[in-house]
Amino acid sequence: MSTPSPAGAPRSVDVAVIGGGVVGTAIARRLAGADLSVAIVEARSDVGDGTSKANTAILHTGFDASPGTVESRLVAEGYHLLGDFAAATGIPVERTGALLVAWSEEELAALPGLRDKARRNGYDACAIVSAEEVRAAVPALGPGALGGLTVPGESIICTWSTTIALATDAVARGAEVLLEHRVTAVDATTDGSVLRTTGGDVRARWVVNAAGLHADTIDGLFGHDRFTVTPRRGELLVFDKLARPLAPLIVLPVPSSLGKGVLVSPTVYGNVMLGPTAEDLDDKTATGTSAAGFAFLREKGERIMPALFDEEVTTTYAGLRAAVPGGDYLLERDDEQHYVLVGGIRSTGLTACIAIAEHVAGLLAEGGVDVALRDDLPAPPRIPNIGEAGPRPYADAERIAADPAYGHVVCFCERVTAGEVRDAFDSAIPPRDMDGLRRRTRLMNGRCQGFFCGADAQAALETRGASLLAGADR
Amino acid sequence: MTVPATAPAAAPATAPLTRADVVVVGGGPSGLTAAAALAEALGPDATVLVLDREREAGGIPRHSDHTGYGIRDLHRVLRGPAYARVLVDRAREAGVVVETRAMVTGWAGERALEVTAPTGRRVVEAAAVVLATGARERARPARHIPGDRPDGVLTTGQLQNLVHLHHRPVGERAVVIGGELVSWSAVMTLREAGCRTVAMVTEHERSESYAAFRLLGRLALRVPVLARSRVVAIEGRGRVTGVVVEERDGSRRTVPCDLVVTTGDWIPDHELARSGGLELDRGTRGPLVDAALRTTAPGVFAVGNLLHPVDTADVAAIDGRQVVPAVLGWLGRETAPPSLSGVRLRVEAPLRWVAPQVVDPTGPAPARGRLLLWTDAWVERPRVEAVQDGEVVGSRRLPWPAAPGRVFRVPSAILDAARPDGGDVTLRLA
Ligand SMILES: Cc1cc2nc3c(=O)[nH]c(=O)nc-3n(C[C@H](O)[C@H](O)[C@H](O)COP(=O)(O)OP(=O)(O)OC[C@H]3O[C@@H](n4cnc5c(N)ncnc54)[C@H](O)[C@@H]3O)c2cc1C
Ligand SMILES: Cc1cc2nc3c(=O)[nH]c(=O)nc-3n(C[C@H](O)[C@H](O)[C@H](O)COP(=O)(O)OP(=O)(O)OC[C@H]3O[C@@H](n4cnc5c(N)ncnc54)[C@H](O)[C@@H]3O)c2cc1C
Repeated sequence: MSTPSPAGAPRSVDVAVIGGGVVGTAIARRLAGADLSVAIVEARSDVGDGTSKANTAILHTGFDASPGTVESRLVAEGYHLLGDFAAATGIPVERTGALLVAWSEEELAALPGLRDKARRNGYDACAIVSAEEVRAAVPALGPGALGGLTVPGESIICTWSTTIALATDAVARGAEVLLEHRVTAVDATTDGSVLRTTGGDVRARWVVNAAGLHADTIDGLFGHDRFTVTPRRGELLVFDKLARPLAPLIVLPVPSSLGKGVLVSPTVYGNVMLGPTAEDLDDKTATGTSAAGFAFLREKGERIMPALFDEEVTTTYAGLRAAVPGGDYLLERDDEQHYVLVGGIRSTGLTACIAIAEHVAGLLAEGGVDVALRDDLPAPPRIPNIGEAGPRPYADAERIAADPAYGHVVCFCERVTAGEVRDAFDSAIPPRDMDGLRRRTRLMNGRCQGFFCGADAQAALETRGASLLAGADR
Repeated sequence: MTVPATAPAAAPATAPLTRADVVVVGGGPSGLTAAAALAEALGPDATVLVLDREREAGGIPRHSDHTGYGIRDLHRVLRGPAYARVLVDRAREAGVVVETRAMVTGWAGERALEVTAPTGRRVVEAAAVVLATGARERARPARHIPGDRPDGVLTTGQLQNLVHLHHRPVGERAVVIGGELVSWSAVMTLREAGCRTVAMVTEHERSESYAAFRLLGRLALRVPVLARSRVVAIEGRGRVTGVVVEERDGSRRTVPCDLVVTTGDWIPDHELARSGGLELDRGTRGPLVDAALRTTAPGVFAVGNLLHPVDTADVAAIDGRQVVPAVLGWLGRETAPPSLSGVRLRVEAPLRWVAPQVVDPTGPAPARGRLLLWTDAWVERPRVEAVQDGEVVGSRRLPWPAAPGRVFRVPSAILDAARPDGGDVTLRLA
């Protein structure tokens, strides 16, 4: 049946998780904590290189979810689970809170309903505030705010560090990360499947499909025709750090039938972000930005916070939500094929990821898999801090005294040091390309976009950090 | 492969300075020239410290390996790296301490700076601070060019770093966006790197740069200039494959290329100026200064392209001499008015900015007796007027054009008849 891959016999594991996004890595981490051999099978050359790298990075309370849905429950649970995991591993989180702002009488009238909905989602901390209180909380808001609803628990998080930390913990628990393994075909049988991938075959007793935008395609490879994923593009503008004082917290719009709407949010890197747009496409690779998207964001942004546009735009990007019909997560087990579908994780998957993983573990347990956690689990890994709220090496006198590489700033705008670049290459899941290095260190993510450091950064990538250190003793 | 956890640190000959009479932030042409001139004026007992975050001091000319440097300040023509070396040597000979790989990250007091270097994290206290942090080109996102996000889109700064400091191949067919002086610098670098410039795209009527460069462009460099055009999209997934160029009439076409260089469109590196609470000029986005190069913060001065983004290196360097009397005055060595003084200058479109922004018509003239301005429209033989309290107080017809993409110089004598106690003076093209 299965032909051995060129490298020899196919790899064989208890569970293969297709997709190394935040959801797939969370699932792999959970299952690797049981007595199971686990592999993450990822098409790209890094974990967290799909939708999980390009979102608004808010740790949602779930106050505005649809009550009664699986999503509502898993977002609320995931909020606490990820919050705890972040504290244990050092994923940057800032508990900024959010303020939902009403700009019209109609929106003002909607606030009590939103507060009640939050309660039905199990979130009681929302309060309605006056126009004056709104203005006092965010003085840079444009004119015309009529009132607001506070959501004190909404927080900002580092989405890149989250996937890295989950994957690192998965590896520490014994999971394998198979990068550049795109699943192209599946031979499913009752006692497992063989995944045909661009990196060789992988045999697994159980397969979890966490392929995000491509979950429908993988589902098709298992012979199903249940749903179609529509990529819903969200474009974002990231403003210069000098804009950060304008946005002390997350400014949310009143949600409409079209989605969560355009928000203004601080980022854990000290910038301010404006977005996202919401546009249904048919190309699942269309992560480019558009003139129309920019014009739309500019129009919205000038109303919400006009002073933002006096500042420079540091970067722009677009992410694709995996929109599915029905409006809830699709979490289903197929006992015949030993297969679990994790689909439709649209716009809350970052927050919910660990809760989704628990849910998947539950599904497998019902399917007869022993998912009990081992009692010899390794401690959660500490990952390097790349957030502004925590200690950064460039400002840490003791660290520099112990290791001068942390005193050698190589990316001036983001203040990334040679020591941090070296550490990234020495880590459990080292970067393979510039984007991977950027996500682990913030190198080149700043306002100059490489004007000063771009050439050094490229050399650093090619020498795995050595070129920077070579200079340290010159 | 693993890299040793700790790079062997060469024992520093002397402990890093934590106190100096003058700290100059930025070791480019302006900072080095200021430091050398101050060290000479202050004599051997004073300490003048230059802090630069790069491995080598010298600023942008370090990697701008073509000729055209040093004309007005050194009275010779040098290539960028040689010019940078001359300035570093002169500063060191004058007794300046030039410390590299030392980045100033913020302020610990009115004239105290937080510094990160491999030798440690420390605070440096200064009696006077001179900011000389320069300017950078806006990169693609700040220019709002939509499309895919492929590799192969860079600024001139990154291009020259790659080619001249790292000796890297960059591509085969380049599109250069911008028609400023620096755009031709990019073209020259591309040629040296064996990359053909297939188009230079500028929104202006023509490519605005020095006549010599224009001639070069047409004859030697043979670059097709697409004027009155702009790049409206970048195409390519892994690597750039082309740009979409739109002409003013709305027609579009795709120009295939494997490299896009976004040139010019400067913004001062004003982070320290802002975090130090200095008032900024809305036009230049650099600190507001008077003709003596004082800022609104006592004992904090500013020079170079931080003030006028951007002029040539020699003009930036000459600021370094211009600042000396004010710094000496502040240090109590000479009499100079204690704070920013004079009338406030403003500009009217198509002029975008003027530097300095405060000039005392009866006080010291700006460097070289020139006001530096930026224009958004080409005017062949411009007449400039200075208007104060509704009245024209000065007027000049200039024999040189007001050209976008490079500094437009106006003799400061145009202000001679302005009243020191009058209102703001507006400069405009008549
Ligand atoms: C604009 C925007 C804003 C958002 N804001 C937030 C927010 O503020 N808070 C929040 O909680 N959530 C937010 N989200 C949602 C969140 O980003 C997603 O729900 C989450 O990232 C989904 O993770 P994932 O692992 O399912 O998908 P992905 O990260 O896309 O991972 C799927 C992986 O599967 C791989 N793959 C696909 N096909 C194959 C194959 N054939 N073989 C092998 N591998 C394959 C892909 O390469 C990819 O790495 C936002 C989303 C968007 C787009
Ligand atoms: C591509 C290109 C070509 C050019 N060609 C010419 C030419 O042919 N002829 C000509 O005359 N001019 C030319 N110029 C212009 C010339 O390079 C500039 O005018 C000149 O470099 C300005 O000097 P400066 O001292 O103001 O700033 P810069 O040269 O930019 O120096 C600023 C210095 O400050 C340092 N710095 C900034 N912030 C900090 C901090 N926080 N801590 C420590 N250090 C810091 C930087 O590392 C840098 O070394 C060119 C410019 C470019 C980009």
